[in-house]
Amino acid sequence: MSTNAEISKEPLFSYKNKKLITNPIGKDNPITIQVLGICSILAVTVQLKPSLVLAISVVAVMGLANVIISLLRKTIPQRIRIIVQLTVIASLVIIVDQVLKAYMYDVSRQLSIFVGLIITNCIIMGRLEGYALYNKAWPSFLDGIGNASGYAAILIVVGAVREFFGSGTLMNVQIIPDALYAIGYENNGFFILPPMALITVGIIIWIQRSRDKELIDAS
Amino acid sequence: MTKDYSNKYIFIYSSIMVVVVALILSLLATLLQPRQERNIRLEKMQDILASINIEVEREKSEVVFWDYIVDTKILNHKGEELEGDAFEVDLQDEIRKDLAERQLPLYIAEAEDEQYYIIPLRGAGLWGAIWGYISLKSDFNTIAGVNFDHASETPGLGSQIADKHFEDQFKGKNIFDQDGNYRSVRVIRNGVDPDDPHRVDAISGGTMTCNGVSNMMYDGIRLYKPYIQKQVNL
Repeated sequence: MSTNAEISKEPLFSYKNKKLITNPIGKDNPITIQVLGICSILAVTVQLKPSLVLAISVVAVMGLANVIISLLRKTIPQRIRIIVQLTVIASLVIIVDQVLKAYMYDVSRQLSIFVGLIITNCIIMGRLEGYALYNKAWPSFLDGIGNASGYAAILIVVGAVREFFGSGTLMNVQIIPDALYAIGYENNGFFILPPMALITVGIIIWIQRSRDKELIDAS
Repeated sequence: MTKDYSNKYIFIYSSIMVVVVALILSLLATLLQPRQERNIRLEKMQDILASINIEVEREKSEVVFWDYIVDTKILNHKGEELEGDAFEVDLQDEIRKDLAERQLPLYIAEAEDEQYYIIPLRGAGLWGAIWGYISLKSDFNTIAGVNFDHASETPGLGSQIADKHFEDQFKGKNIFDQDGNYRSVRVIRNGVDPDDPHRVDAISGGTMTCNGVSNMMYDGIRLYKPYIQKQVNL
């Protein structure tokens, strides 16, 4: 890549922009490193399907919210910026909720209040306040998608683990063969209960830190 | 970087923002409404069938609904039949009316040569509305099955009233005692003798929701007592 091109126009997926996506999935994951958004992780990860739908919803809301706030950033008065951010997130969440009710009714019943609770997901407000308010639309979009994907990745892994061990299924399809049940295997009911979500997240944090020494706190 | 703007700017800015957001959301809500209402209608059919222990997928419920439901009636509090389409009666409106004006829908179902009388119920849980359908066998006393649902009960606690293991407890219970007195079925804490015909075991951590279920059943079924007495005496 020539330096001239970089000065005149930064490529869409420059090193810096790629980092905006990959960092929050790995080294700066909002759940395992910043420990945000734990509440919804506990609530919806009993099965893979609601986890997946909530993950997609959060990616959509966060990407769009970051872009909208970034485009408006020069017009938003400092004193009401939190209210503007909340309005944008809340409207996007209502749109997601309405679309789910019309096209994925069962999933929307299952997610019930948690779609509404995307509004209170601290990761979203955190990224608007910390990034989109000071950066251009494209990097803000990547930052939003990146952080939401980091959240989504953990959500999906925890959802898959809990459904597999708790119910022996994935996406409601039986995975563990009947033969195994016949010789005495049983689903672990503990995985269906909320504490197991916390323990699964804990194990993911443990694995991540044991592989990446940089992440270990000095204290 | 955001600057500090004048009060006038802030007022105008927030006013425009509110109007734009309101326009977008109301447009979307209007566009999606027909599909959402269809979903709710299909779910109602699915729930009614579930109360006579017939499980169908929501998309198919509209097709098979009238195979099982052989008749519907609207009753008043004296047990007399009224004109109208029972399926269109919205209990949410009815429970606010005076007793004398209230319309009471009743669905009569037939499955495997058995007749069932399905009573819709609606009441209050801990956080919001709870509702359900209860089917009585042709003796108007034994419960054949129930189906409960809720708007916003606590997930994992009160929300369990919609779970099978809770609903199945009601099967075979009686709403009248041996002397013909109205007893309904109560949801009780502290353990219940499984053979007690008027009690089922409550959900740990969901006591307020369970009390809601008890009240909903007691108040809801009671309104049908005049009709039931007429039928049984025939």
